Amino acid sequence: MAFVVIQFLNGLASAADLFLVSAGLSIIFGVTRIVNFAHGSFYMLGAYLAFTLVEGVVGPALGFWPGIVAAAVAVAILGGLLEVTLLRRIYQAPELFQLLATFGVVLIVQDLVLLVWGPEDRIGPRAPGLEGAVSLLGHQFPRYDLFLIALGPIVLGALFLLFRRTRWGILVRAATQDREMAAALGVNERWLFTSVFVLGAFLAGLGGAVQLPREAVHHTMDLEIIVEAFVVVVIGGLGSVTGAFLASIILAELNAFGIVIFPEVTLVLVFLVMAVVLVIRPTGLLGRPEFAIRAASGVAEPPITPQSEAARNWVFAGVLGLAVLPVVADAYVLSVATEIMIFVLFAISLQFLMGISGMVSFGHAASFGLGAYGAALMIKHAGAPMELAFLAGIGLAALGALVIGWFCVRLTGVYLAMLTLAFAQIAWSVAFQWYGVTGGDNGILGVWPAAWAASPIVFFYLTLAVTTLALVILRRIIFAPFGFGLRACRDSVLRAEAIGIDRRQVQWLGFAVAGAFAGVAGALYAFLKGSVFPDVLAVPVSVDGLVMVLLGGIQRLNGPIVGALVYKLLQIVLASYTDYWRLVIGVIIIGLVVAFPQGIVGFFGTRLDALLVQRRNSP
Amino acid sequence: MRLEVHKLCAFYGRAQILFDVSLKLERGEVVALLGRNGAGKSTTLKSIVGLVEQRSGRVVLDGRDITYAPTAHIARAGLGYVPEDRRIFTELTVAENLLVGRQAPRPGAPAWTEKSLFHLFPNLAELSDRPAGEISGGEQQMLTIARTLMGNPAALMLDEPSEGLAPLIVEQLGKAILTLKQQGLSILLSEQNLHLARAIGDRVSIIEKGRIRFEGTMAEFAGDQTISRMFLAV
Ligand SMILES: Nc1ncnc2c1ncn2[C@@H]1O[C@H](COP(=O)(O)OP(=O)(O)OP(=O)(O)O)[C@@H](O)[C@H]1O
Ligand SMILES: [Mg+2]
Repeated sequence: MAFVVIQFLNGLASAADLFLVSAGLSIIFGVTRIVNFAHGSFYMLGAYLAFTLVEGVVGPALGFWPGIVAAAVAVAILGGLLEVTLLRRIYQAPELFQLLATFGVVLIVQDLVLLVWGPEDRIGPRAPGLEGAVSLLGHQFPRYDLFLIALGPIVLGALFLLFRRTRWGILVRAATQDREMAAALGVNERWLFTSVFVLGAFLAGLGGAVQLPREAVHHTMDLEIIVEAFVVVVIGGLGSVTGAFLASIILAELNAFGIVIFPEVTLVLVFLVMAVVLVIRPTGLLGRPEFAIRAASGVAEPPITPQSEAARNWVFAGVLGLAVLPVVADAYVLSVATEIMIFVLFAISLQFLMGISGMVSFGHAASFGLGAYGAALMIKHAGAPMELAFLAGIGLAALGALVIGWFCVRLTGVYLAMLTLAFAQIAWSVAFQWYGVTGGDNGILGVWPAAWAASPIVFFYLTLAVTTLALVILRRIIFAPFGFGLRACRDSVLRAEAIGIDRRQVQWLGFAVAGAFAGVAGALYAFLKGSVFPDVLAVPVSVDGLVMVLLGGIQRLNGPIVGALVYKLLQIVLASYTDYWRLVIGVIIIGLVVAFPQGIVGFFGTRLDALLVQRRNSP
Repeated sequence: MRLEVHKLCAFYGRAQILFDVSLKLERGEVVALLGRNGAGKSTTLKSIVGLVEQRSGRVVLDGRDITYAPTAHIARAGLGYVPEDRRIFTELTVAENLLVGRQAPRPGAPAWTEKSLFHLFPNLAELSDRPAGEISGGEQQMLTIARTLMGNPAALMLDEPSEGLAPLIVEQLGKAILTLKQQGLSILLSEQNLHLARAIGDRVSIIEKGRIRFEGTMAEFAGDQTISRMFLAV
């Protein structure tokens, strides 16, 4: 019994920083309608800054408590700067681009942290006055954890007072409900948005800072916390601080008890809870229904059409051109070309999911990685031939997509996007931690193609054939009744359901199809590289896919091809010049979002269309 | 406060809704903007305060061009807007709703306090701490006007304030608006209720299919039955 109580208190203590981050995320979303992926970065910066300020690595040591507060304030200021310089420019942009831009910030901060603090873990000091442990029911319980347990409710109470008792809080609540009306009453949105962002960043920074005595500061804590925060927000409901409080306690307690019983069971428990909540209340425990926006429809583009004769010829010419490439190219160029084709396939599968099925995924890496791992595991553990391993990869990816899709088709818009990211991160951590099966971060080596496909030229042709075939099949699907059904659901759930389409069924299948094709790409990738590492499941792969699709224009049939080509080439070139390619990519992503909110092909395509119309109209 | 609207055009997507709408509102005057359902009354008011994204033309407030000013700035310049669909903050209490609308007193405009507004709309007084989502439609209509008045506007645009209200309440409302007029507020009143418009309007503008089709004094309008038959009868 005593043990249960202690474990429960442990859970409460670790809920504190999760609550701070989730609350900030929720508040920011409520007013600005932006899901701030960079919120985990604020958290991480809070931790690193606290480390630096408390220890006085640069400048005077502030001491523990002033250092913690100063770190949170510094993060708040950074948040304000980010809002003023970047977000302000993109409030009018489609939701997806906003998400992508904040993703760019995540990438930039990751590399900046590496640059400034290096890759080593940093261990913070104990909190003065709260060192050591107290005796509780015969167990030793860290004093500092008692402080954390109190912190959660204190912040909740403070936020409650802030939102109920101050004019600022009332304005925030009003703007959360109806931004336009608040503006019509003279409420200055700009100032309100900036201040809300500052508050949210402060909370995240504080969350990162207060866990300094508890855990080492490290450079992957941003994605770890943001994934958990997304799960919290999905369970608790976007825009609800109390919901975030409840859900972070639920999640932290699941972790606290799960770890004792059987660590792997924690994941299952989290999923079960999420499943139950989503089935009963799709907008989370305390969420508002109006926040369940459809993200994909935020992109104003003409509907997808079968490609024109000219476009078809271009694609055809491209395939022909590739077919003669081995005559002139050396092995390195061939392997680069093979990799690009694989990512073209990956991007096409993602476009199928986002553009055609209307489900925005920030975790498409899950399918790609499962495809790669499926193939690799089959070879490692069953000694299967390439052909069989290849099928196993596709099978595992499809299966994974069926599981993930089951949850996701119950959500829409940003909730869906957040959940896909959470799933992909979970898949990543399974691959990363399950040494016995996946080899952990040592990966799986020796995933080579069969003897007949071992030469770079043959493998190049194999990839070309598979990619072309997949392209043809996916196009067939898009313009088949199933594809129309998918698009009907994307455009109007009500109308689709009125004509007898079972939306969830159709979308679920669409999710699985997209996953299977991403799995094809992943399996090819495994054989190209001859090895598989957890990286194939990691966030950057998902982001790459997104950037490719968005660059190309989400509703342009050939968009992903152009996007993947441009982006992958860019990445390969950059990576050969600098180790900090994430920084550069982040800057490029942000630049592109600010400059071309319709995507490259969309941008030039629209201009081209306008030009053609002008020509036709001029005498 | 003087409001001048010059050749205002507005679009929703590709559909043009307003065609060269021009209006003039002199200081202390009540202009009734009349028109059938869908004629473009609400669109006109929304365009003036900048809530319609695509628009062209010129809107001048006391000599200041506010055509492309942000909505909040327009409100802060002293132009109050009461939307047709009320847009009460249902999650906030009645008192909090009023607080959202509060602005500093403006020279040359009546200064309102919560207390003086409760005097103008007595029903609201007892409801002060109730969530605004839980009060009746008529009470919400009072609240939405009171909320805008908290900004101490010098000019006021009311979009069909009588819609959906019982005759007795409309009468009460008419009295309240008259009080405002007497205090020197310029009022642009979009209405379908001819009775209310006649009772308080000085001049009339009639809009049909996004175009102004008649402009004149209330007397001219009332004296010529054909006008209302042509543009207003359904
Ligand atoms: N958000 C919108 N999107 C597209 N069209 C709109 C929108 N709002 C109004 N319209 C159209 O613009 C036209 C003018 O509408 P408006 O609301 O201005 O009319 P109104 O005179 O206020 O009518 P009512 O008396 O019914 O309030 C109508 O044809 C309406 O269908
Ligand atoms: Mg109207």
